[in-house]
Amino acid sequence: MSYKTLVGLEIHVELMTERKMFCNCKNEFGSMPNTNVCPVCLGLPGALPVMDKQAVKYAIMAGIAFNCEIDNTIIMDRKSYFYPDLTKGYQISQSDFPLCKGGFLEITLKEGTKKIRLERIHIEEDTGKQIHTDHGTTLLDFNRSGVPLIEIVTKPDINSAEEARLFLEKLKNTIKYIGISDVKMEEGSLRCDVNINVVDEDKGIKSNISEIKNLNSFKSVVKAIEYEQERHIALLESGKNTDKETRRFNELTGETILMRKKFQASDYRYQFEADLSKIKLSDDWIKEIESTMPELPDQKKKRFIEQYNITEYDASVLTQSKELSFFFEELVSLIEDSKLAANWVMTDVMRRLNEEDKEIAKLNLSAQSLAELLNYVKSGKINNNTAKKVLREMLETNKTASFIIEKNGLIQISDEDELEKIIDEVIKENQQSIEDFKNGKDRALGFLMGQIMKKTKGKANPNTANKILIDKINGN
Amino acid sequence: MDITNLKSWELRDKILNKEISSYEVTEAFLEKIDEVEDEINAFITIDADRALEKAKQFDQKLMEGEEIGILAGLPIAIKDNIMTRNLRTTCASKMLEKYIPPYNATVVEKITREDGIILGKTNMDEFAMGGSTETSYFGPTRNPKNKSFVPGGSSGGSAAAIAAQESALSLGTDTGGSIRQPASYCGVVGIKPTYGLVSRYGVVPMSNSLDQVGVFGKDVKDAYIALKSIVGYDPLDATSSKKAKLEDIKFEEISLKGLKIALPKEYDELRVEGDQEIREVFKKSLKVFEDNGATIEYVSLPYLKYALETYYLISTAEVSTNLSRFDGIRYGHRALDYNTLDELYINSRTEGFGEETKRRIMMGTYALSQGYKDEHYKKALKLRTLIKNDYDRVFRNFDIILSITSPILPFPFDSVINSPVDMYKADTYTVPVNLAGLCAMSVPMGEVDGLPVGLQITANRFEEKKLFTAAYGFERSAK
Repeated sequence: MSYKTLVGLEIHVELMTERKMFCNCKNEFGSMPNTNVCPVCLGLPGALPVMDKQAVKYAIMAGIAFNCEIDNTIIMDRKSYFYPDLTKGYQISQSDFPLCKGGFLEITLKEGTKKIRLERIHIEEDTGKQIHTDHGTTLLDFNRSGVPLIEIVTKPDINSAEEARLFLEKLKNTIKYIGISDVKMEEGSLRCDVNINVVDEDKGIKSNISEIKNLNSFKSVVKAIEYEQERHIALLESGKNTDKETRRFNELTGETILMRKKFQASDYRYQFEADLSKIKLSDDWIKEIESTMPELPDQKKKRFIEQYNITEYDASVLTQSKELSFFFEELVSLIEDSKLAANWVMTDVMRRLNEEDKEIAKLNLSAQSLAELLNYVKSGKINNNTAKKVLREMLETNKTASFIIEKNGLIQISDEDELEKIIDEVIKENQQSIEDFKNGKDRALGFLMGQIMKKTKGKANPNTANKILIDKINGN
Repeated sequence: MDITNLKSWELRDKILNKEISSYEVTEAFLEKIDEVEDEINAFITIDADRALEKAKQFDQKLMEGEEIGILAGLPIAIKDNIMTRNLRTTCASKMLEKYIPPYNATVVEKITREDGIILGKTNMDEFAMGGSTETSYFGPTRNPKNKSFVPGGSSGGSAAAIAAQESALSLGTDTGGSIRQPASYCGVVGIKPTYGLVSRYGVVPMSNSLDQVGVFGKDVKDAYIALKSIVGYDPLDATSSKKAKLEDIKFEEISLKGLKIALPKEYDELRVEGDQEIREVFKKSLKVFEDNGATIEYVSLPYLKYALETYYLISTAEVSTNLSRFDGIRYGHRALDYNTLDELYINSRTEGFGEETKRRIMMGTYALSQGYKDEHYKKALKLRTLIKNDYDRVFRNFDIILSITSPILPFPFDSVINSPVDMYKADTYTVPVNLAGLCAMSVPMGEVDGLPVGLQITANRFEEKKLFTAAYGFERSAK
């Protein structure tokens, strides 16, 4: 039997504006509770919202980055529900007229690229935070109340947990590129809900959609999707179906548990937010935002291939994160050798990042310090193998390349007189190998080179030594 | 001599000429409050000590020759749905019985800057819902002209405070007639300015697309001084207009000659039972305009007949969300008895809100609910646009529209309140103005059975000057 998984994501991203969406309070994570508050974001009687221009700008930048159509009129709506962290009894959001419509994001699969289409991106305010104490009371912190959010809703174009992960990585990366959010799932500036169901393609039956909440990392998203698709398939196979419901992911068990059944759609009684009236955006302003957009990952990848003459694969890895791409470009500008830079970042640096599950910013290595090391390689003062060892030591000790190289006396021996002396000794001591080589055993040459390296503690310039060795054997 | 019967503009001149101090004026009004307040109940909170202190400070300022604001030490009363820092603001509701705001409404800031002396907070219908001030949690206000009758509402306290000479000036709010109707009932002047002329920041919304802060005074010039002190664009209110300004008016030069007056013929069809005698007074008033050189023509505003229904759908829908924040969690009344979060909400709101407030929240919630929203709320929004278009057409050729303010006379307590629909009908002439965002004023035009009746003058958006021209021209000639 063949099942197809359909996943749609609802992603909330907190915008890193200076101020909150509707008041002058600071938009700042981690302040003392209830210090960034005022009558507006506390929902005091009589207080009125005023739209923050930067929030609109950031939302438009997201819309442009995700290829959406931007509406030039902002219509905000009141979404009514009661909850202790919601100060006004309604959230100022958007209903029928989202700021950004449609759009898509491409992800790279083994089979090629795939377009994940977006339904919409709309803007809304965040709520406060509830803190449940051990002794049964609930505390409220309204620092987050009124922080601007965008909600990105995809179409159900995602067909696996892996596609969901790739989509989220790409989304996060793109948002970081345009600098509108720090997209930290652990701090809640990126939040993701999953809508999932499966289709039995043979029988043409669909399971009912489950909504999964409480996903605190990309790993949780992956696990939740894997768990849910199995649960849906198992129910369909036994002739049953899932219920329309909201489920919560349990990080400890990797399972989802029922939160509530959805017997009917919630009625939020959306109502035009007359306090903000309709806000007209000038086409010039939208164009200005468009023309000052930072380079996006796909654009950068294309440029890297052309400008640095590297492979598409290398370019896509190097543009995976904004920081890594900046690291690479800085390195290239310092050593003026894009091939060498790409090789080192793609192998030794990436290996280290993967081993430690770190981002480049957290690694103990700046582009300048790596450039210093690679300049030794470039000028032939040390060879590649030595450089790899030096890098390892740099990362462990946080010392500079020059310090390590000098301390250990690792500068290559390129001086021909010095090398000749050593090579003469090696030849004298290994007459049998010389014979073997002359009789056509090429492997003997490797052995001889090994002996040279042994005598020089790996410092012999391999090209020069190789040349002298062959000349001497042939000349003899 | 009782100085409380002087007009504000007269008192202002006397204060500026140093014939009399702001302290003396304030004291006189406070004495009047002491004398009549037990009967009238125009105030929920009186801030006597602070008012006298401020008056003293003002007199000092005047003596030292500093620049003086337009209110020049005049006492002013503020409707109790307008936020006053550190001065209790209740909206006449149990819900906010003990609420002390931490901030000032923009209009309160302006009044302070313009050297107004705030006497206290006036009574009103709960959350500005009602036309008689009978829905107040703090008991009804009595009409100073006849204490067995209601003063109108919802700004009944602010109107009565002027009529009873308890304050020189007062602020009210008008969502569907809440300034003009009590002005009419109490025989004073009341203005509902253009939507966007006065900041709503710090004014507890009833229906935020219709609400506007306005003023009361003994006569047209008094109202002008009061309004002048509060107009202006406010960056804290996204619906306030950058055009918000009140031009200087030279009252002595005002003439009604050439004023083009429109009379909507639909008003003749919309008659409410018992309005015959009020119409007679209205006819006489029209003659005053004609005698002074104004021209009068009948016009048609076909969608006016849907205004009342449109108003009650839109206003209640907005009420339902505007009052959602009163949930017992952060401020306001919280029930003592609850076991769950839902019970906390339900019990707090059940105990904290009065009957009329609950009725309107329910109507508005219904109008916005799935399955009803399209045929109610959305249809009402469309009608609102059509009504606005009707007015726009008329104002292309006319300066003002005249009508009666209220189709019914002030009524006795506990009568109309028991029939909500009749109470709503009293708003027939006033609500279209709010739907279209226009400006309008009620000026006294005479009496019926010893009770005052008002003339409603309506002008296009931001044409307050025409209101004052027509109103002052009429007031002067009708004397």
